[in-house]
Amino acid sequence: MSAAITARRASSWIAASSVAQRIGSVALFILVWQVVADAVHSRMLPSASAVFAVLAEECVHGPLLFHLGVTLARVAAAFVVAMVIGTAIGIVMGRSRTVDALFDSWLVLLLNLPALVIIVLAYVWFGLTEAAAIGAVAVNKIPNTAVTLREGARALDRDYSDMAASFHVGRWRTLRHVILPQLYPYVFAAARSGLALVWKIVLIVELLGRSNGVGFEIELYFQQFDVTHILAYSIAFMIVIQLIEWVIFQPLERRASAWRR
Amino acid sequence: MAPVTPALAAEIREKRYARARGASPHVALAGLSLEVAAGEFVAVVGPSGCGKTTFLNIVAGLDRDFAGEVRLAPRPDGQPARVGYVFQEPRLLPWRTVYENIALVLPKPRAESQVKDLLKAVGLPQAQDLYPPQLSVGMSRRVAIARAFAIEPDLLLMDEPFVSLDHDTVEQLRDLLLKLWTARPTTVLFVTHDMREALMLADRLVLLSGTPGHVVADVPVSLARNRRHGGAEIERLRDEILRRHRELIGAAATATPVE
Repeated sequence: MSAAITARRASSWIAASSVAQRIGSVALFILVWQVVADAVHSRMLPSASAVFAVLAEECVHGPLLFHLGVTLARVAAAFVVAMVIGTAIGIVMGRSRTVDALFDSWLVLLLNLPALVIIVLAYVWFGLTEAAAIGAVAVNKIPNTAVTLREGARALDRDYSDMAASFHVGRWRTLRHVILPQLYPYVFAAARSGLALVWKIVLIVELLGRSNGVGFEIELYFQQFDVTHILAYSIAFMIVIQLIEWVIFQPLERRASAWRR
Repeated sequence: MAPVTPALAAEIREKRYARARGASPHVALAGLSLEVAAGEFVAVVGPSGCGKTTFLNIVAGLDRDFAGEVRLAPRPDGQPARVGYVFQEPRLLPWRTVYENIALVLPKPRAESQVKDLLKAVGLPQAQDLYPPQLSVGMSRRVAIARAFAIEPDLLLMDEPFVSLDHDTVEQLRDLLLKLWTARPTTVLFVTHDMREALMLADRLVLLSGTPGHVVADVPVSLARNRRHGGAEIERLRDEILRRHRELIGAAATATPVE
C-alpha cells in the first residue's frame, strides 16, 4: 500500500520534473536565439523579442487569428477525411487478400507521388477551389494511414473474433468492443504522423492556390522579405499544433490504454 | 410419450485441413458421431492432437467447413439454442473490465443484475471493475466460466478449461463448475485429455482417438458424484477403462501428466 503511494508520488514528481525540463529547454532555445540575433544584428534574423512582439501585435490588432482559424479548419477537414478513408481502406486491405493484391501497387504509387504533384494536379483538374485544396491534402495522407491500419488489421487476434462469434455478439458491438480497441494503437500512430504531415502540406496548398490562411500570409511576407512576420506566423501555428497534441491526443491515448497497467 | 430429441446430435463424416501445395490434406476427424441428451454432462477424452478442439469449434458453429451435420435442439420458445463456450485460454478482452466482458455477451437490459449475480456465484463479487491483466490465472478462468453461464446456455462447451493450473486451483474450479451446473442445469460438452478429471465431472465419457479422430468408446459413469472425491474409486475406474481400451486410446497413458 505505502509502496504504491510512494510509487505514485515518485511518478508525479517525475512528471513535474519532466515538464520543468521541457520549459527549461525551450527557454534555453529562446535565449540562444536572442543572443545570436543580437550579435548578428541582421534584418534576416530578427531577435526572439522582436518576433514575439509582432506575434502579440498581430494577435490583438492584426489578422493572425483569422488566418490561423482558416488554416486550422482546413487541417481539421483534411485530417478527418484522410483518417476516415485511410482507415477504411486499410482495414479492408488488411482483411482481404484479394483486395490487398489488387490495390497494393496503387498504394505504393500514391506513397511515392510527391505532395507538390498531387496539389498541382488537384488545382489543374478541379480548379482553385476549397474542395480541391482539402482533397489534395487528404490524398497525401490517405496512403500513409491505409498502410498503418492495414498492419493493424492483419494483426487482429482471431481468438477474440471467434469468442465474439460463438457468443453471437452482434456486428456493431463486435466492431466497437472487440475490433476497434485492437486498432487504437495503429489509429493513434496514424493520427500523430498524420497531423504533422497534414498541417505542413496545408501551408503549401494555401501558398499555391488560396487567398487566406497561414500559408498565404507567409507567401505575402516572403515577397516582402519580412522574416519577423514569417517567424511570428510559424510560431503561432506550432504552438496551436502542440496544444492539440497535449489537450486532445495525449488524453485520448491515455484513456484508450487505461487497461495497460 | 414423445420421442426425446437429443440436445446435440453431431454426425461428422469428415473434417480436413488443407496443407501446403502438393501435400495431401490432413484429415482431422472422420466418422465421428455423438448424441448428447438434454442436461447431460459429457466428457470428451482423448490424447492431444486427436481433434477435440476441432470438434468443439464445429459444434460451436465457428468452423463450417466440414462434411456432416450438427443439430442443436431449439429452445422451448422456438429460438435457436444458445451455446456458451469456455475456451482453453480465457479469451477475456484485456481492454474491457470484468463487468464489461460479461455484459458484452448479454442483451443490455438484463445485463446489470445478471452480471452481479454471476460474479457472486463464481466468488468474485469485488472484481467487476478490474481489467483482466490485473486478475490471477484462476480468477480469469472464473470470469470466463461466469461469461459462459451468463447467457443461460442450452449447451455449454468447455475446451480443457483447467489446463496448466496448479492442483489446488483446479480442484476449486472443478467444485465451482459442479456447483454452478447444479444451480443452473444445462447440457455440457467438456473436452479434456485428463481421464481423472473426466471421471470426477461427467455422467458419460466419450473416448476419442487416432488421426483422424473418431469415437472409440462411450462409457457411462455410474459412480455417485458425492463419492468421486476420494480418489480410490476414480483410480479403479480409470484403470479399468484404460485396461479395456489401452490399444485404442494409445497415447492416453502418456498424455496423462505424471503426478
